[in-house]
Amino acid sequence: MIDAAYIDIGYLFSAALFILGLKKLGHPRTAPKGNQFGMMGMGLAIITTLVKLEVETGIIGWEFIGGGLIIGSLIGYIMAVRVQMTGMPELVALFNGFGGAASALVALSEALERINVGSSDPATGIPSDPLTLWVIWIAIGLSSLVGWMTLSGSILAMYKLKGGVTIFGKWIRTPTWGPTWLNPIKVILLFAVFALIYLSAIEPGNTDYVWAIVGLSSLLGILIVIPIGGADMPVVVSLLNSLSGIAAAFTGFIIGNSVLIIAGSLVGASGLILTFIMCKAMNRTLLDVLFKSFGGSTKETVTRTKMGSDADEVAMMADGAQNIIIVPGYGMAVSQAQHQVKAFADLMAAKFETEVKYAIHPVAGRMPGHMNVLLAEANVPYEQLIEMDEINPEFPDCDMCIIVGANDTVNPAARSDEGPLAGMPIMDCDKARSIVFIKRSLSVGYAGVDNDLFYEDKTMMLFGDGKEMMTQLNAAIKEL
Amino acid sequence: MIVEITSLIGSITLFVLTIFLGFELITKVPSLLHTPLMSGANAISGISVVGALILSNVAFNSDGNPLSVWLAFIALILAMINVIGGFAVTNRMLNMIAGRRKGGA
Repeated sequence: MIDAAYIDIGYLFSAALFILGLKKLGHPRTAPKGNQFGMMGMGLAIITTLVKLEVETGIIGWEFIGGGLIIGSLIGYIMAVRVQMTGMPELVALFNGFGGAASALVALSEALERINVGSSDPATGIPSDPLTLWVIWIAIGLSSLVGWMTLSGSILAMYKLKGGVTIFGKWIRTPTWGPTWLNPIKVILLFAVFALIYLSAIEPGNTDYVWAIVGLSSLLGILIVIPIGGADMPVVVSLLNSLSGIAAAFTGFIIGNSVLIIAGSLVGASGLILTFIMCKAMNRTLLDVLFKSFGGSTKETVTRTKMGSDADEVAMMADGAQNIIIVPGYGMAVSQAQHQVKAFADLMAAKFETEVKYAIHPVAGRMPGHMNVLLAEANVPYEQLIEMDEINPEFPDCDMCIIVGANDTVNPAARSDEGPLAGMPIMDCDKARSIVFIKRSLSVGYAGVDNDLFYEDKTMMLFGDGKEMMTQLNAAIKEL
Repeated sequence: MIVEITSLIGSITLFVLTIFLGFELITKVPSLLHTPLMSGANAISGISVVGALILSNVAFNSDGNPLSVWLAFIALILAMINVIGGFAVTNRMLNMIAGRRKGGA
């Protein structure tokens, strides 16, 4: 009979696999391997836990535990395989919420169980020595705070990324709402939760405090996410991802498990760094994102007008173009136009030997890398996808810049010092010799700022759905 | 008491050092990989599945209150959705990137 304590060595290997996995996920060449390492680490952690339980006490509810593992795996797998590429960001947000919820539920379950056992058995109930009591109760409180906040915030973020929700057949737009007086309320709520954690440890047998923490934390998650919109959403999802790691780490303190502490704090710290990287790409600070409402509520009404062009006109302009830069945005994702965009590039290359490149803004779409994934799906070669800093000097030599469903990321208003877009790095599309906008209307983007680029003489507007307009354009090019 | 303090300080040490490690681990990531990295890290945060497993078993062994058992069970399911779904979605995204790289080369 092996001593159960030796089995913990499995967690060490599992933690090492997580570290290597995260490291490798950061480089394009090694990323698939990184993901596999992560999977192996997780598999090892689960197996180690099952073996340990069997050796220590024996697993009693095999059907129950096995059932839970299988049901969860099936649901997760089906959701991941069936999701459309455009729905990926929402799904990541939702999974993230589930992770936070799982940590919070473990904390809640442990708290209720300990309160249920009471002070008669200090090992599994309410601990008798004050140190253990405080450590466990603070960890339970913090895990609940972060976990429930992650759940409610992630679910709201998911609906924000979707744009709205259908209730009884009616489409309701997810609101973006954030008056400045909401900020002190968030801080007060946070301190209220800290106070509740303190009270729950002073009076450890009282479940009311535990439930109050659950309620206030969920409310806090909603209040944090509701003022945030547009290009800031990826940052928030990344921050929530970091938080779900922290929740797992606190849960590790509750049950005294090292692999939870390691994996949780790894995700918490690396997720935070990723959040900062994303903020930097948008020239915003995390505090701005969290406390300064971005767009949404203050949409300007459009007063200027611009005549729309048609596909034939654009095709004539494109005739003989040597350099074309395509700037994709969320509109391309919504209309699933990536295949038509690729077809256009192939046509141009075959007919006029045009060099076509794709300019990828760091926050184009609803997730960083969103455009890369979509264009990859349409088999666009890797070398043609150019990041913003690299492609910007090339715009003056570009015969035609085709903007497919992007707006804020090409808005010259960002160069001024005022307005919600101020300071955000943009694509220098205005420097191209001619510009084509494929867009549904002249309406403002997520940031709520009118785009001067629409009204330039060299700009042609193709009003309509991205996929449809690209199809028309391809047909017109073939007829040239 | 001494044992508890030692193990608590051990846990805190682990926590703090791992946070430093996490900060160092991610330095410069191309925007192409931001979403897969987030999604992969997210799957790893499903590690609370270990907690859910332990609690499910404890709750059963001590025939504790039914609410705790069910909460642990739901936690187990949600954590597994997070883990399997997260890794599968990351894998899908990375496959596309890899597929394109081969196509482009």
